[in-house]
Amino acid sequence: MNILVCISRVPDTATRILVGPDGKTIDTQGIKYVISPYDEYGIEEGLRLKEKNGGTVTAVTVGSEGSTDILRTALAMCVDKAVLIKADTHKDSYFVAKNLAEYAKEINPDIIFMGRQSVDYDSLQMPSMVSEFLGIPSVSVVSKLTIADGKATAERDVEGGKEIVEASLPCIISCQKGLNEPRYPKLPDIMKAKSKPIETREAIQTDEKVTVLGMSIPLKQRAGRILGDGDGDIDELVRLLHEEAKII
Amino acid sequence: MNKILVFLEGQANKLKRSSFEAISAARTLATGAGIPFAGIIINGTKEQVKSVGDYGLSDVVNAKHELMETYSSTAAANVLHQVIQSENADVILFAGNAKGLELAPRVAAKLEAGYIGDCVELEFRDGNIIAKKPVYAGKSQITVKVNSDRKVYSLRPNVFTATKVDGTIAITTKDYAPNLSEDDKKAFVTAMMKNEGKMDVLEADIIVSGGRGIKGTENYNLIENLAAAFGGAVGASRAVVDAGWRPHSEQVGQTGKTVSPTLYVACGISGAVQHLAGMSTSKVIVAINKDKDAPIFKVCDYGIVGDLFAVVPKLTEKVKHITGK
Repeated sequence: MNILVCISRVPDTATRILVGPDGKTIDTQGIKYVISPYDEYGIEEGLRLKEKNGGTVTAVTVGSEGSTDILRTALAMCVDKAVLIKADTHKDSYFVAKNLAEYAKEINPDIIFMGRQSVDYDSLQMPSMVSEFLGIPSVSVVSKLTIADGKATAERDVEGGKEIVEASLPCIISCQKGLNEPRYPKLPDIMKAKSKPIETREAIQTDEKVTVLGMSIPLKQRAGRILGDGDGDIDELVRLLHEEAKII
Repeated sequence: MNKILVFLEGQANKLKRSSFEAISAARTLATGAGIPFAGIIINGTKEQVKSVGDYGLSDVVNAKHELMETYSSTAAANVLHQVIQSENADVILFAGNAKGLELAPRVAAKLEAGYIGDCVELEFRDGNIIAKKPVYAGKSQITVKVNSDRKVYSLRPNVFTATKVDGTIAITTKDYAPNLSEDDKKAFVTAMMKNEGKMDVLEADIIVSGGRGIKGTENYNLIENLAAAFGGAVGASRAVVDAGWRPHSEQVGQTGKTVSPTLYVACGISGAVQHLAGMSTSKVIVAINKDKDAPIFKVCDYGIVGDLFAVVPKLTEKVKHITGK
């Protein structure tokens, strides 16, 4: 099977976010970058599928030269090939989706994995957009997957339960926690990954569909009434919920 | 801008509350821009269509097709694309729930339109729609606009207020027969498994969550009882899910679900940034924790510094007294 995994580079989830000097993006000073956590499920699922059926796993990302670090991590997890679609300035999601679709058209994968969202812009849009550009189906937020007889059977989280979705191949699967347990790269593989080639290509340019006007840190506008743990305090909490917040 | 179209989603014989929220947001934008707005529903029932009048929506397009008896995201995108063309609509709103978050970007891609997902504010200003959306798991927020003529947005559930209007509004329903074939159903739902007897955190008005402080799965009945007293759902922090005490479907936070209930009660949760990311847009936050320096107290409306094992049962009794549950 020809398997493509799309990954993105995001600040470590424990990062404290500050607004950068341009007022529109984050202050990148001192930030540690990682593979977006959901993308790791995508890499793992791709590798497992290959181990079962044979084939190749290619990891691709759209980003600056700095993104080679996450491609090295993917190589250390033992993907066969890593591709950087080089774009030096931050563009919108449409740009990323078009570039991923363009690359996918070229290598014609049987299945594409992505994380359910990249934990920076948190829009969950990439799987749907790329699959639409490719004219193939997608299933979002998948926590269980079976591939057989040229189709994917996926279990996905919806409000109040789970949905079973059947999709014809090729398709895009967006990965949710629970799908698998991503492997840790082994030391020898980390060493080997350092000298493996990374294919670099220039991104195609697109119209700017979406423009960020500003970024801010949400203000805390909470009452912040801190009480003790006496019976009177608990009574007071119930009264506040009942009379002030009018919730119960 | 010419016309706003709102995607309406049915649930049993009703519309989802998030659809009413989207209608209200559309109505505000339409008034600001001085343009009409309409609803689009796929295989809608009479009851479902009728309910929109209370929220000031008078025009509904009902796209009917037998192939849509079972849901398919690829086919639904195709239906919407056809209706958007025929209605000459250029602003499309979706509720940002499981279906909307999957469908909206697909429709946007079909239209070659700019898309903003998970909006928490939409405002008509200077001839365009200015949106706000949380990024970096709610640690910051961006103000953003779409440049293309066609614009697609999804709205975070429970954030926009569903506002009823006075009086009754006559509803004009337009039946639309989309052009569909089996080939459009490249992905389709074959089954739905409900979490029996359990309220989902994504649909609950009140959520009571437990953290590491609960110490073990055997103590989780304290959380369940308090949730039951409120008539709410049970949530969990990542630590609790990773320890295997609760299922992932209950996890609130960056790698779990993002929720915006009316009331969020955090019991024994310290308030790691990843957890705060998933619940910081809740309307009222209550924290119960024995560590007075826990970060959760910095983001709460009401806090109790105390041992949850002593506080939660007492609180449960007192809440029961008021709610009668």
